[in-house]
Amino acid sequence: MFGNMTGKDWLLFIGFTIVVLTAPIWLTPLGAAYPALMQKFCIFAIFAIGFNILFGLTGYLSFGHAAFLGVGSYAGVWMFKLFSMNVVISTVFALICSGLFALVIGYISLRRSGIYFSILTLAFAQMMYNVAYSVLTPITNGETGLQLSLSDPRHLDRALGVSESIGLPRTSFFGIDISGGGMPGFYFCAVLLIICFFLSIRIFRSPFGMMLRAIKSNQMRMKYTGFNPKPYLLAAFVISGLYAGLAGALMVATDPLAGAERMQWTASGEVVLMTILGGVGTLVGPVIGATLIKYFENIFSAFNENALNVTFSFLPADIRELIVELASLFVGEGWFLTLGLVFMIVVIFLPGGIMEGVGRIKALFSRKKTQDDAAQGSVVAAE
Amino acid sequence: MDAFLLQLLNGLDKGGAYALIALGLTLVFGTLGVVNFAHGALFMLGAFCAVVFNRLLNIETVTIDETQTTPWGTPMEIREPYVQSMLGDFGAFLVDYSVPISIIIAIPIMLLIGVIMERGLIRHFYNRPHADQILVTFGLAIVIQEIIKHFFGANPIPQGAPDAVNGSANIGAMLGLEGFISYPWWRLIYFLFSLLCIGGVFAFLQFTTYGMVVRAGMRDRETVGLLGIDIEKRFTVVFGIAAVVAGLAGVMYTPILPPDYHMGMDFLVLSFVVVVVGGMGSLAGAVLAGFLLGILQSFASMTEVKSILPGIDQIIIYLVAVAILLILPRGLMGRKGVMED
Amino acid sequence: METNNNVVLHVADVNKSFGGLKALTDVDLSVREGTVHAIIGPNGAGKSTLLNVCIGRIPPDTGHVIFDGTTLDEITPHEINQLGVSRVFQTPEIFADLSLLENVMIPAFARRDGAFKFNPIRALAAEAEIREQAESHLEDVGLYAKRHTEAASLSRGDKRRLEMAMSLIQSPRLLLLDEPTAGMARHDTNTTIELLKTLKDRGMTKVIIEHDMHVVFSLADRISVLAQGRIIAEGTPDEVRNSPKVKEAYLGESQE
Repeated sequence: MFGNMTGKDWLLFIGFTIVVLTAPIWLTPLGAAYPALMQKFCIFAIFAIGFNILFGLTGYLSFGHAAFLGVGSYAGVWMFKLFSMNVVISTVFALICSGLFALVIGYISLRRSGIYFSILTLAFAQMMYNVAYSVLTPITNGETGLQLSLSDPRHLDRALGVSESIGLPRTSFFGIDISGGGMPGFYFCAVLLIICFFLSIRIFRSPFGMMLRAIKSNQMRMKYTGFNPKPYLLAAFVISGLYAGLAGALMVATDPLAGAERMQWTASGEVVLMTILGGVGTLVGPVIGATLIKYFENIFSAFNENALNVTFSFLPADIRELIVELASLFVGEGWFLTLGLVFMIVVIFLPGGIMEGVGRIKALFSRKKTQDDAAQGSVVAAE
Repeated sequence: MDAFLLQLLNGLDKGGAYALIALGLTLVFGTLGVVNFAHGALFMLGAFCAVVFNRLLNIETVTIDETQTTPWGTPMEIREPYVQSMLGDFGAFLVDYSVPISIIIAIPIMLLIGVIMERGLIRHFYNRPHADQILVTFGLAIVIQEIIKHFFGANPIPQGAPDAVNGSANIGAMLGLEGFISYPWWRLIYFLFSLLCIGGVFAFLQFTTYGMVVRAGMRDRETVGLLGIDIEKRFTVVFGIAAVVAGLAGVMYTPILPPDYHMGMDFLVLSFVVVVVGGMGSLAGAVLAGFLLGILQSFASMTEVKSILPGIDQIIIYLVAVAILLILPRGLMGRKGVMED
Repeated sequence: METNNNVVLHVADVNKSFGGLKALTDVDLSVREGTVHAIIGPNGAGKSTLLNVCIGRIPPDTGHVIFDGTTLDEITPHEINQLGVSRVFQTPEIFADLSLLENVMIPAFARRDGAFKFNPIRALAAEAEIREQAESHLEDVGLYAKRHTEAASLSRGDKRRLEMAMSLIQSPRLLLLDEPTAGMARHDTNTTIELLKTLKDRGMTKVIIEHDMHVVFSLADRISVLAQGRIIAEGTPDEVRNSPKVKEAYLGESQE
């Protein structure tokens, strides 16, 4: 069954697994080894991997994927409230809900391609944001966001006699505490990330992945070859919607609170940026992109004017003021400005993202090497 | 009947804004082949032109009037916008009419912004995939809105309409109907203004060589290059005009909706829906759909409707768009062969 | 060939105009099973339009195209292909970003699994077999050595050969060829003729549009002559060669 994964793919997968599981060690010198942040890395990496299955393979640019993440979040919290704090139940239900939404929205949006498709997905996401924010407040709790409360029924937990703690209950994986930014939460997310990554390799290397790339390459030819591209596209759309739903489920598994702002177009834009920053259509690119953005968001948002003043305290007052004034544009509240600029710079100068950059550097070295070889060869010939 | 008429009227101003933004989007897409996700930012920048102009006029001078004293015994400070103290009544007039007067300064500013945007960025993306165009303009939209947020804050900044038209008109009497139908003057003015702009754009397309290029381009983008006209210059002008139209729509909208940094994206998403409903590439479709959807939204926000379907006004436009797309995949006035797969 | 074979493709009274320009006028054409039917005619005679009508790319204004009892202008392009109609385009239509091997494997999957099949495990099981098939077809057209290169990097002639392999792997019942040798060197043209001849032995029906009379007369069983959107003559190569009408309309002016 794993016949078409090459040795290289296995190597990549094993390397990836090691890197993810040892993250708490190698992230320590970078000051990012605390569980809450590492969970974020994993969750957004899953989101971006899923987005890449749609955008990277088929070229269909969705601007509404945050909606599925939001659906997953709400579905997850409802399971916590109604049945059980066990994250397995919430995650499964989140997957079902986001999958259904993706099926319906995908079916309609995929009636069109290109720009039209992007606009439609954007409109759907915005509609769902409005629905969550103000229309379906009994389900989403509107502006405040959906939270756990002491009066939640949690039928299953009660029936099974799961011991009640004082205060709000905590999410668990068969008794292991997941919520509250502990290491079990990180490993839970990490294992799911590794599984998601594996599935993504499988999809990329499968005939299905080949069909998707063929659709991106020449959809018209695909039709005259006897394929109906629509079901393939819809399948890819639903799969990426499921990834987004899983990301949403993990968000609430680690912090049981679901809000509408997660579904806004900025959130959809962010996952697009993660994917293109890392490298569209590559296997590890989206993971790198997601990690980098969340890492720098963490650093940049923490800065404020005081922190800047301290950082640049070695400079003379006048120059310092100027620099602090300029820098404050980009940090703290200004993080989104940085994000927008990075977005533009990547699209303008490096459309293939970091992976393309790595490729270019590699090519530079190998060309140098072949030139050296050639030079040597000619010397040999001369002799 | 009166309630019906009132809702109809209420939809016109919003419809006007949608139509103006959608018109520019369609113009740019049809001629340059670029989908501009930063078009909403132009609308927002226009609105902030009005804010800036108003602030400039309202910079106060402080004079100390020795003859009067405050209840605390200190000399009375008189704060007055400097234009008023310098120009007297004319200054007061300027301050009062700052929104409509902003149009005069907004036109060159928006034109400049449009030209810089096209020359500096959009131009280099004509031959790139649509996805890249979307992404780069999306990034630009974020950058613009964050810069505005940095300098003007996150809160809406209310702008007043001139005192003379601050109240409401009795539309009922104007239309010779019985009963008093009150309708804010400024909304009426906005509607007429949007009609004027739309008329101006259509006249421009009809009677100038630029218009010829645009119309030819919308029909068949490849042949325009063969016409032997300096296409690049004309593309710049078309983009500039779209920017001005969006900007003016923003300037005049400020008394209706206090501008804030994210108004651009809010309107952009809806304007995209308008374009889809009207039919991609159809200017008339964009205008028609803009007004239709504005009116529809207004009807959906009636309390009678809301009591049955709460929140319907928030999503009605999207629902209609989906329905239209399922029934008429090309939109209301879309032509065959435009953006079809 | 014998005329008692079944009519497999029937173009029935098709009319098509673009704007004011009449591209096809009352075109009526019957292609019999197992034959090679060539359509010739001067530039702008409507040949490519006719093929496009046949594969559902352009809907006819009036009239129908019937393939083995199914009206083609009422179904979608992928359904037409699934019936066993395949087309080689005038400008090569390939998957430029994919390898040659993948380019040929994809139509093989389409033949095997139909228009859509989402069963990852079975598709994987079939993959080895399909890969072998694809490799042997690439060998047939002489592209085996390049099987792992990106299709975009091929020369135009190689692209056409690749496209031929993409069609042939589907073993279609009807193969529509739009100038299969255009832009090829003489040597390549001859190889292509040989390849097409072997297919004739396999009983595959072919409709071929061609400028090169050498190709037409060495392959075709029947020839239809299209001029200004009308069929002005039809018959065996000899009949057409000797028809004064045809000479006037076509052969006389463009004998190469």
